Amino acid sequence: MAQMKFMCDAERCIECNGCVTACKNANDVEWGIQRRRVVTLNDGEPGEVSISVACMHCDDAPCMAVCPTDCFYKTDDGIVLHDKDLCIGCGYCLYACPFGAPQFPKQNAFGERGKMDKCTFCAGGPANSKEEEYQKYGANRIAEGKLPLCAEMCSTKALLAGDAQTVADIFRQRVVQRGHEDGAWSSLEGRPATADELAYDATRQQ
Amino acid sequence: MNLLTEWLHTWRVPLLALLVLLSLGMAGPVLAQADPEGEIATAVPATDADTWRQVRSGETGPNYRDSRFDSNYNLINASGETWRQIRNRWVSPFGLIAICGMLAMIVLFYLIVGRKHLDEPRTGRKLLRWTALERSLHWSVATLFIILALTGLNLLYGKFLFKTLFGDAFWAGMISGSKMLHNYLGPLFGVLLVIILAKFLVRNLPSKHDWTWFKQGGGLIGKGRHPDAGFANGGEKVWYWLLATAGLVVIASGLVLDFPNYGQSRDAMQWANIVHAVGALGLTAVALGHIYIGTLGTEGSLEGMATGYVDETWAKEHHNLWYEEVKHQAADADETLGEESTPPQRSS
Ligand code: SF4
Ligand code: SF4
Repeated sequence: MAQMKFMCDAERCIECNGCVTACKNANDVEWGIQRRRVVTLNDGEPGEVSISVACMHCDDAPCMAVCPTDCFYKTDDGIVLHDKDLCIGCGYCLYACPFGAPQFPKQNAFGERGKMDKCTFCAGGPANSKEEEYQKYGANRIAEGKLPLCAEMCSTKALLAGDAQTVADIFRQRVVQRGHEDGAWSSLEGRPATADELAYDATRQQ
Repeated sequence: MNLLTEWLHTWRVPLLALLVLLSLGMAGPVLAQADPEGEIATAVPATDADTWRQVRSGETGPNYRDSRFDSNYNLINASGETWRQIRNRWVSPFGLIAICGMLAMIVLFYLIVGRKHLDEPRTGRKLLRWTALERSLHWSVATLFIILALTGLNLLYGKFLFKTLFGDAFWAGMISGSKMLHNYLGPLFGVLLVIILAKFLVRNLPSKHDWTWFKQGGGLIGKGRHPDAGFANGGEKVWYWLLATAGLVVIASGLVLDFPNYGQSRDAMQWANIVHAVGALGLTAVALGHIYIGTLGTEGSLEGMATGYVDETWAKEHHNLWYEEVKHQAADADETLGEESTPPQRSS
């Protein structure tokens, strides 16, 4: 079975927030909630770097370990999903999550949290019908054989999603050559790229 | 037209040509930089180990940006794992040990030592110990405490038991009910606890004979050995001061968790959660002792909190100093209650 993972190549991310928009669009996420965020370090300084983050579908998921209702489960693909019927909005998953992924709608009195919402790797969630699933969790693209829309739409292919092994292979190749052998643009039809075609890595100092 | 504009008008084309030439000249070195070796020599490193070390530490700095609406989170929540480990590895197991250990000790104590009966027969004359206001305060706080303890325990341990036992549908209702009760009754408990603490403060100020009381183990074991005690004995005072310290801390930390709309940070809520859990589990364990001593453990105590009146003998044995102060007020049972000296007992 595949183990699904995200990976954001910070050397490529240009902070366009296309992934954020794609996600909002694919999943019809509630007002005020943004499952993906783009973080920029050292903005406007030399060494500025951006990275897109959402739920990373942890192997040993902290959210799962602390949830008092035990509403999380892992799919065979290693995707961490949760059952909104069980969630009580206690916020513990947010305290534990390394990536600030869980978010809560705030329509209730005294700031009481609504049911937690987070990235589902575009894999929907537990529901009785397709409509209910879409309404509660958003798209189930995985069921249709598609990958998460954020990564699919990433203009620089900084954000990768898919089987951990494949993602790691792509990234390893990029690190070695700084530039996927076809620059990840599939325009070279298999022939090795020339030096000029490779994306240049300014950090590679020998 | 003034002189300057006229001048510009005339020389416009030659000036532009000059600019173009100049910029071409400048472009020379820029183009040369496309040479990889040259660029490597002058490049500023983007992401290096330092960047990620900073991320790992959870610092953000002034030039940190997060594209999410009103987000104040750093990139990596470094303290999240610490919180998880403290909660799951320490608080949960040791809380269970504390509470189950206390229960086991009480059961053992009851089986071995048994109930503390009055040494002398009752005189049938009654003393007013708790006014109606004090009793209603006590029972309101007690009821809320028990509800909060049970729902709190359910939040910490319920998933291991009830989810598999009753299935998801029942569990969903049970746990969301627990959270609602816990979150909405918590602040009410806080207000009432502060009132009752203020009301009972003077009686619970420590005094010298409390020390002797402790040294003699509160006279819990054995017959006829009752150390001196005023209105409140040493044990009651300890329970009072536990509630006045740990109890207030539990309430304060609970409020931090209960109202996430004041912008308190995620780290603050992690700490509040640990403090809240440790304090509340500890108080629950001690409360079990309080409940035992006040009901099953001591003859004649529960009727005091239930009816307000205690028997003269009980007062003499358990609170001799207080008895000396108030003995002249002792009245026959019929005058105070209009019923038998042992009124029907209330369960908590
Ligand atoms: S919500 Fe957070 S802790 Fe849970 S799997 Fe996603 S990234 Fe990991
Ligand atoms: S907010 Fe919901 S999903 Fe998160 S820990 Fe609490 S019950 Fe579980």
